Amino acid sequence: MLAYAARRLAAIPPTLFIIVTLAFVVVRAAPGGPFDAEQALSPQVKANLERAYGLDDPLPLQYLRYLGAIVHGDFGPSLKYRDLSVGALIAQGLPVSLTLGLAALIVAVAVGVPLGAWAALTRGSAIDQGIRALAVLGVVLPSFVTGPLLVLVFGLGLRWLPVAGWQDGNPYYLVLPVVTLAVPLLAYIARLIRSSLLEVLQSDYIRAARARGLGAWRVLWRHALPPAMLPVVSYLGPATAFVVTGSLVVETVFALPGTGRYLVEGAINRDYTLIMGMVIVYGLITLLCNLAADLVYGWLDPRIGHAG
Amino acid sequence: MPAEAAAGGGGFWRQAGRRLLRRPGALAAGGVVVLIALAALAGPHLAGIRYDSLDWDALAVPPHLGAAHWLGTDRLGRDLFVRTLYGVRISLLIGVLASAVSLVIGVVWGVIAGLSGGRTDELMMRTVDVLYSLPYLFIVIILTTLFARGSLVVLFVAIGAVGWLTIARIVRGQTLILARTEFIEAARVIGVRPAAMLWRHIVPNLSGTIVAYATLAIPQMILFESFLSFLGLGVQEPLPSLGNLINDGAREMQSAAWMLLVPAGSLVLLLLCFSIVGDALRDALDPREGAS
Repeated sequence: MLAYAARRLAAIPPTLFIIVTLAFVVVRAAPGGPFDAEQALSPQVKANLERAYGLDDPLPLQYLRYLGAIVHGDFGPSLKYRDLSVGALIAQGLPVSLTLGLAALIVAVAVGVPLGAWAALTRGSAIDQGIRALAVLGVVLPSFVTGPLLVLVFGLGLRWLPVAGWQDGNPYYLVLPVVTLAVPLLAYIARLIRSSLLEVLQSDYIRAARARGLGAWRVLWRHALPPAMLPVVSYLGPATAFVVTGSLVVETVFALPGTGRYLVEGAINRDYTLIMGMVIVYGLITLLCNLAADLVYGWLDPRIGHAG
Repeated sequence: MPAEAAAGGGGFWRQAGRRLLRRPGALAAGGVVVLIALAALAGPHLAGIRYDSLDWDALAVPPHLGAAHWLGTDRLGRDLFVRTLYGVRISLLIGVLASAVSLVIGVVWGVIAGLSGGRTDELMMRTVDVLYSLPYLFIVIILTTLFARGSLVVLFVAIGAVGWLTIARIVRGQTLILARTEFIEAARVIGVRPAAMLWRHIVPNLSGTIVAYATLAIPQMILFESFLSFLGLGVQEPLPSLGNLINDGAREMQSAAWMLLVPAGSLVLLLLCFSIVGDALRDALDPREGAS
């Protein structure tokens, strides 16, 4: 197990290296440059700016210089937000995005699992059908529709919750963004739990546990739910990728000072260093979350040998 | 069963059709999809208003049945009904073309991996795994920087090029199963050449799976297109797309909720119907997968 974890961890730097290289090539092959948007720039000024940031050197040299800086944890200066380094921008925004993503994952599991279990236990009833219909809707609804709709109803209509903003992480301001991000995950988890729990409930050992006279709750908690959770755990890897992309939308809709918008802005403004920094940070987060999900899976299910 | 399926598939398709007929909900959803598609193709012409024509006498009017702009107009006086239909048309176009791109790549990749086996298979599927572990839209966003903003071709390529992963996995799995069946072995014994083997025997037997996943891929592609347009990376003004209409609507919703509700409702309806049809088709064409 430990050896497996170490081997997987060791695979992360080369994977990141490949991602960085690919991103560098694609971003640099893109037409336009970071100083094109400002029309008033005279060719002389533009040339000077490019020289100042080292953008007039041959690309291979720039690439090597970038790699060297990255190894030392230096993401370079942002080309759009002058006077700020990419590292500082990310350090500012990342806590916001991480809080948002983590809260959404927790809400999705905490609500999705009981809902799915409830549907499975009342299979075929009106409750089951209601939950399934909601789950279909929840999976289909994109967050850029859910978000504005929630704001319209709870923010502008009922005036229960603030419409947008961060306010230093005031939980009151977090409710709508977190719900928006959690809805599709929650719906998917409820579906997963429902179908896996139905399968587990039909197995012989559950019948044996019931035959021994164990109470319904004890059977559910101790015997049925743990194995039924396995698909959810393996879904948590893709789910983090989903949260990462979902946060792009949620941060735009709710005007949150997270990192999601940097990726979009960086792409639009051709802010080379900012895009690269975001690629590295988000790539690393995704890789680590996938690894964590796989490890938890192996720990929960001893049949998965990590020896091979 | 394989023999029957290999002989042109009449029996297989008829059976699938019968399974589909037992799902009235799916048929209704299919009907809605067809209606929306027809409306999106014909509607903008019939309405007699261009998607970018401005009506200075009707700025931001709310929907009203019987009025000239029955679904209202936006801040610039552009007819929301026409713009939404036009947006649906662009979304559908991108959805279908991007699905086709990803389908071709996915099927070819999956069949080759499944048939070659060994090292090649391992390498090809590892590549898929690595790409799979990256946030999907993230790659698309980087790819969109490659082209000038607002070019639609980019969207087909960028979305389609990343969308093939799931299809490649499924097709590879099916190919592995097929490769071990007796009729493929028989074909190999009588010396059928690899290309003929592929087109005459393998691909026809995968057609059910392919059709089902194509239907499920289209709403996903529509979703990604709207997502990119919502963020300002996809379709650009004045061309409407469901994504940028929703973005405009979200900005105006405090005073003009209809500007959000009309395109958002259309998108949700379209996605919902497509996914219902796709699920039903998968269950009908691919009974092994749809057991749950």
